[in-house]
Amino acid sequence: MFDLTILAPAVLNGLMVGAVYALVALGLTLIYGVLHIINFAHGALLMVALYGVYFLYSLGGVDPYLALPVMVPVMFAIGYGLQRGVIGRSLSNKKKSRNNDANVMLVTLGLSIVIENLALYFWHADTRTIDTPYALAVVDIGIAILPVPKLIAFAGAVVVAAILWLLMARTDLGRAIRAVSKESRGAQLMGIDVEHIYAMSFGVGTACLGAAGCLLLPSIYVEPGVGHIFVLVAFTVVVLGGMGSIVGALVGGLIIGVTESLCGLYLGESLGQIGIFIIFIAALMFKPTGIFGQRA
Amino acid sequence: MTHKISQSRRRFLATTAATGAVAASGFGFPHIAKAAAPVKIGVLHPVTGAVSYSGTQSRAGALMAIDDINAAGGIKSLGGAKIEASLADAQSKADVGSAEVEKLNEAGVTAIVGGYASFICLATTQAAAKHDLPYIVDVGVADQIMERGLTNTFRFSPGFGACVQQAITGLGAINQGSGQIAKTAVIVHEDSLFGTGTANLLSKALPNIGITVLEVMKHPTPTLDFNNIALRIKQHNPDLIIPANYYNEYVLLARTLQQQKVSSKGIYSVLGGAASQYKFVKEFPEAAAYVMDCNHWFDPKNQAALDLKKKIEAKGLFYTYEVWLNYEAIMYLADALERAASVDRAKVTEALASSTWSHHFMPYGPTKFVKGQNQGAQAVNLQVQDNDIKVILPSQFANAKPVFPMPARG
Amino acid sequence: MNLKALAILGVLAVLALPGWLIQSDYWMNFAIMVLYAALLGQAWNILAGYGGQFSFGHAAFFGTGAYAQAILQMSVGLDPWLCFLLSGLLGGIAGAVVGVLSFRYNLRGSYFALVTLAFAEVFRIVAKSVDFTGGGSGLLVPLHKGAASAQFATKAGFYYLIFALTALGLAIGWWLDHGRFGARLIAVRENEEAARALGINAFTTKVIAITLSAILAGFAGAFYVQYFLYIDPNLAYGPDISVAALLAPIIGGLGTSLGPLVGALVLQLVSRVAQMVAGDAPGITLVIFGVILVIMVVALPEGIFGQARISARRLISRRT
Repeated sequence: MFDLTILAPAVLNGLMVGAVYALVALGLTLIYGVLHIINFAHGALLMVALYGVYFLYSLGGVDPYLALPVMVPVMFAIGYGLQRGVIGRSLSNKKKSRNNDANVMLVTLGLSIVIENLALYFWHADTRTIDTPYALAVVDIGIAILPVPKLIAFAGAVVVAAILWLLMARTDLGRAIRAVSKESRGAQLMGIDVEHIYAMSFGVGTACLGAAGCLLLPSIYVEPGVGHIFVLVAFTVVVLGGMGSIVGALVGGLIIGVTESLCGLYLGESLGQIGIFIIFIAALMFKPTGIFGQRA
Repeated sequence: MTHKISQSRRRFLATTAATGAVAASGFGFPHIAKAAAPVKIGVLHPVTGAVSYSGTQSRAGALMAIDDINAAGGIKSLGGAKIEASLADAQSKADVGSAEVEKLNEAGVTAIVGGYASFICLATTQAAAKHDLPYIVDVGVADQIMERGLTNTFRFSPGFGACVQQAITGLGAINQGSGQIAKTAVIVHEDSLFGTGTANLLSKALPNIGITVLEVMKHPTPTLDFNNIALRIKQHNPDLIIPANYYNEYVLLARTLQQQKVSSKGIYSVLGGAASQYKFVKEFPEAAAYVMDCNHWFDPKNQAALDLKKKIEAKGLFYTYEVWLNYEAIMYLADALERAASVDRAKVTEALASSTWSHHFMPYGPTKFVKGQNQGAQAVNLQVQDNDIKVILPSQFANAKPVFPMPARG
Repeated sequence: MNLKALAILGVLAVLALPGWLIQSDYWMNFAIMVLYAALLGQAWNILAGYGGQFSFGHAAFFGTGAYAQAILQMSVGLDPWLCFLLSGLLGGIAGAVVGVLSFRYNLRGSYFALVTLAFAEVFRIVAKSVDFTGGGSGLLVPLHKGAASAQFATKAGFYYLIFALTALGLAIGWWLDHGRFGARLIAVRENEEAARALGINAFTTKVIAITLSAILAGFAGAFYVQYFLYIDPNLAYGPDISVAALLAPIIGGLGTSLGPLVGALVLQLVSRVAQMVAGDAPGITLVIFGVILVIMVVALPEGIFGQARISARRLISRRT
């Protein structure tokens, strides 16, 4: 039905959209892997990061990519604080309550409502975009025309995944995080401050959103509800890749991106979205631990 | 935002002060026994949730109209009674909208203006109908809203049936003027009530003016990436690209078309999300240049419309269709109140139904209501020229000539 | 133990009052929305509270009931009351299908939650793409005021309809608390392997639970359509409904028969109070609502009704 002149760019384009999904999913999978919580506030925190990048650009003239060294630590601090100050408080009831999972989920849901509506109150509902000199720049590689901001986001997703992987595999923090995620009681007995590690994990997961904000804003827009676009898909990416797996989030994101793009091409953008969810359902049924997941 | 609160307080103070003044003057004229009680009007919009931008703009327009009416002496037939807005938020949800109607009803409002989104209007008009509460739909373009036989429901602005009709007539004329240069088109629409309804009507009518529809592509709201759509448009190489979607998607689509170097003889949107938005023209002048749209608009030769534009822009807002449609909806109601000389719901409903109000600044035909719908209401054809939005058709309102086919983009 | 049955009957008796007592349509609407949220919450509670299976996709069943109600009366021309029964049934069938597929492959915890969410999304996208649902334009049920068309002229009529459905939900809750099936379901929730060892067929038990749950959700969808007369894919199958379904039971008390009702009442009150406190500034109402939500969860991890029950038990044991 479609020849290569359209199929090739569609696949490439899917890879680039997939990298965006992966960027958002990286933090989510880390948080899930360690804290085992479904974080509904992830989308709202991405929105905060996007606003941060937007204001740095519009008020301070800071290029979105140069905002990385600011946004990553800022988002880390926000994540660390939220976990210690709010989410952790409902988690500490763990032993007492079997409602724990539901409660944490509801706390993150409540947080997302608060964050989104504070954004609405302070920054209004206006859609904001930035117009960088390279916003419309493209690279013509013959078989496809690739927008430069999306290429950078693609490269950024790979780099962020690599850094996160190194952090988990090679550093003391990573070892502590892995220990806590496997056996929090045991880790505590070994002298690890579990509450601190939880907060660090949430902070690092949120810091990924800081990077995502910098890499995404040149090609999309920000408004208080922008997080909703990503959250459902990010959840599917996390599960598809294997909850807690960093490589899985990257590969899962790319698979979802290409699936969405090809289904969109053949079924139309509207019906095409069904492809994501059918792949997801099938994957859950036949390999419920995800592509790179360990046995739950 | 504190700005907004303090403003409403100021408005409140102004109202009480004015009422006091009327009361004081009452001593001089014994036949006006007491101060005219303010007329309460429900101003109901989705100021939070998915369509909060439009809801906020709508509210700004409505409040501006109320301020203007009160500043000009209120409703004179009611002894200069001021209009008092009871604000309500539908939270972009139909069920919340209808709960708010109940709240407004209990608060004793004389009428409700607003709703904005069609699916909210469907619920709110029906809830208001139960109380015979006059309801003026500000935007809600779905024709189904007006076709249910609700006697309390009025719409001063056009529904999408009328808009699409004008879109077809206008496009036919523009195309003819260019020597029938456009023969093919691709429609890109968002897949909810507004986009789907518009696209269905369009694809039926376009062949009548000699334009073949090559493909109808629908996409969800929100959509993150338009590259596939751009690629398919490129493959079809249509003379016209016809988008019917909301602002964010429109901007992304326009950007992607530019990146993928998709050219056409024209972009002609119907109720386009961005094509006739000053925000789009200001922020993306290159993408906006020569884009045509068939949409709600004011009469560009009417001073009142231009004055309102200045006032809105002075508040740091963009002058969008939500603003003036709500402004005019309130003015239409105020005129009815003036003639009804009463806050009785039945009398106000009667006055709204029999209205021939002509002091508006819309490019409409004579005002006449049939089953609640203003028969004079219509959309107009617009084009972005010289970083401004110009009316190009119908000719009695036009302030520019259509440029079609559009010049190649450098 | 008859105390509990008495308590539920007492609650029902109190709930029957508003239809006569409340004159204000605003408060009547409030009462209707409380019971509607309680019904949707009870649907979720059967599966999640009693069965331990958390769903993020109850919109799949709600939406199926809603569309069944609209399509069967408009396109097929069936009596609206008959449609009501069929809507519950079709909601239940949707639940059974999702349940069989998910439980056959032994999906639990977050995996089950996300697979239900994916099903709801698939339904939403299909509803948007096929013709008999009206596609993205949705379906508008024509106005025909009167009890015969299940569109009451007064709010009280709708109140008694949702009251009857809520009573059904409470009855199911009571049955789960006292019947053998409820005991089996709770055993599966507490420890599936142990339950299996005792000879309980966990798969069948869970499928029955999701079917019951989905029947109630289907009724809630049908009620929505009769009350608002319009449905579209986002209203029917969007994530908003799935979230609304889980709020009331978690706040009220998971796995308790009265929890969802208590939760629904409190949440509706909180949102009205937030509205009064916040005034007209956009967004602040929802900020207050969100803050109270977080505080309630942190302060009352067992839910309001759950906490009350624990406190009551402590009180009783102290006395004896």
